[in-house]
Amino acid sequence: MNELASVDWSRAQFALTAIYHFLFVPLTLGLSFIIAIMETLYIKTGDAHWKKITQFWMSLFAINFAIGVATGLIMEFEFGTNWANYSWFVGDIFGAPLAIEGILAFFMESTFFAVMFFGWNKVSPKFHLLSTWLVAIGSNLSAFWILIANGWMQYPVGMHFNPSTARNEMSNFFDVALSPVAVSKFLHTVASGYVIGALFVVGISAWFLLKNKELLFAKRSMVVGATFGLLTSLFLALSGDESAYQVTQHQPAKLAAMEGLYKGESRAGLIAFGILNPNKKIGDNEPEFLGDIEIPYMLSLLGHRHVDAFVAGLEDLVYGNPTHNITPASERIANGKIALQALSDFRKAKKMSDEVKMKENEAILQTHMKDFGYGYFEKPEQIIPPIAISFYSFHIMVSFGMWFIALFALVLFFILKRDIKNYPLVLYAALWSIPLGYIAAEAGWIVAEVGRQPWAIQDLMPTHIAATHLGGGNVAFSFTLFAILFTVLLIAEIKIMLRQIAKGFEGAH
Amino acid sequence: MQFIRTFFSLYKEGFANLRLGKTLWKIVLLKLLIMLVVFKFFFFNTTLHSHFLDDTARSNYVLDNLIKETP
Repeated sequence: MNELASVDWSRAQFALTAIYHFLFVPLTLGLSFIIAIMETLYIKTGDAHWKKITQFWMSLFAINFAIGVATGLIMEFEFGTNWANYSWFVGDIFGAPLAIEGILAFFMESTFFAVMFFGWNKVSPKFHLLSTWLVAIGSNLSAFWILIANGWMQYPVGMHFNPSTARNEMSNFFDVALSPVAVSKFLHTVASGYVIGALFVVGISAWFLLKNKELLFAKRSMVVGATFGLLTSLFLALSGDESAYQVTQHQPAKLAAMEGLYKGESRAGLIAFGILNPNKKIGDNEPEFLGDIEIPYMLSLLGHRHVDAFVAGLEDLVYGNPTHNITPASERIANGKIALQALSDFRKAKKMSDEVKMKENEAILQTHMKDFGYGYFEKPEQIIPPIAISFYSFHIMVSFGMWFIALFALVLFFILKRDIKNYPLVLYAALWSIPLGYIAAEAGWIVAEVGRQPWAIQDLMPTHIAATHLGGGNVAFSFTLFAILFTVLLIAEIKIMLRQIAKGFEGAH
Repeated sequence: MQFIRTFFSLYKEGFANLRLGKTLWKIVLLKLLIMLVVFKFFFFNTTLHSHFLDDTARSNYVLDNLIKETP
């Protein structure tokens, strides 16, 4: 029972660490490319203003990077202590991408970062530019390896479970690295970073214009930021569409929770806005929403690329739907229990060196392996993810995403066709959209991770089985310490950044 | 040789002329100290690798957990 109580604290601690970590990461991903574009403009035109602009944004990039660096390290500690069953079970599938990421990050960061910050008068302008681009590419490649690992948790492929070691062994690296879920997750996540980078540049430039300071620098920054933002926010919507398609194919319960869809339907509409009925329970006749606005056919189109397609609801997934060939969860639970029993019998046979029984049980286990994790549940309803959190987080993310497209288009129009300085409403909208970018990105992660519940690894390992409590310390206490440390770091970042912004473009060397 | 010299002076002069960077390095080092010393030693001091001597013992521990949790 102690372990069970610690699961919730371990989850809360991991969520806290991941949420704080992802406050720093997206700006690194996005701002690095914007800086590279600005420096390219400097090299192309030879205009010294572009150099100052690049150096100003680079100084803000450095602050964000320094405060955020190594915040992800704590997650690795947590994997080892609080999630040891999980860490062992995932084997080298998780280890290999994270090791590549660690090595890549170390070499890229220690060499090209140094050239980027120290090398302005030491190396040729073209080599400096190359270093800036390599820092941007390297940061994004680091994200790729981490998101492969995360993608595998959502859609485990390219591996074989070894019952002797209790580990999953990679059978095909390319199946893991290029799984459609991992690729779409990578593209959608980095695109959210690009949009946050663009919002940051456009918002701070707007602040300069509102203060009537640094007008040339701010306007030029704004043109680069808004152009980059418009292109990447459109790409963000496209990659989100692909993500939703992958979720429908591989994690249908998550999609149903994201849309508050209890009963599956053909020609399903997408909820543009809705308030969930808090009294609704699975299997009853209560309405799903207290009020909603639906876009007809859109969910079928999004989830299956066809307006007539059937989209499974939670009731179909829990109780089954023979018309649409959906297996009830009770059957998958029974399969999972067979797999678990086979694992147990395999162990006994191994202890007695009974090769025949070992082979027999391994065959049974592999046949039912795809439902392995279901064996830990007793009731079919236990496979339902938290609906309200998934639904509202998804809709917050999508709404803000749409707003960002409109905002960047608006800013570009006013800066290219009018004098944007005379439109303070547009400038205030740009400034106050900076936090919205972060809220949208965090909401996206909440959809991905809370929507995946009750699984740590989809269909294979439930979260409560993944958790362990090996450490001597108290998880609740370390949770509080983390909260304090990360909050102090965040306050430090904001304070140092504001001070640096106040110095302006001329003072940013 | 020239390349190594240039690279060495890049780091040397870079660190010597730090302004904003000085504050940032202090934060990075303090943060690493807290993470690697306080958190690692007091809260995340035990992993399967530190707790068990070999992979067989680690596998057995996880297998025990996987099987015993069956309802």
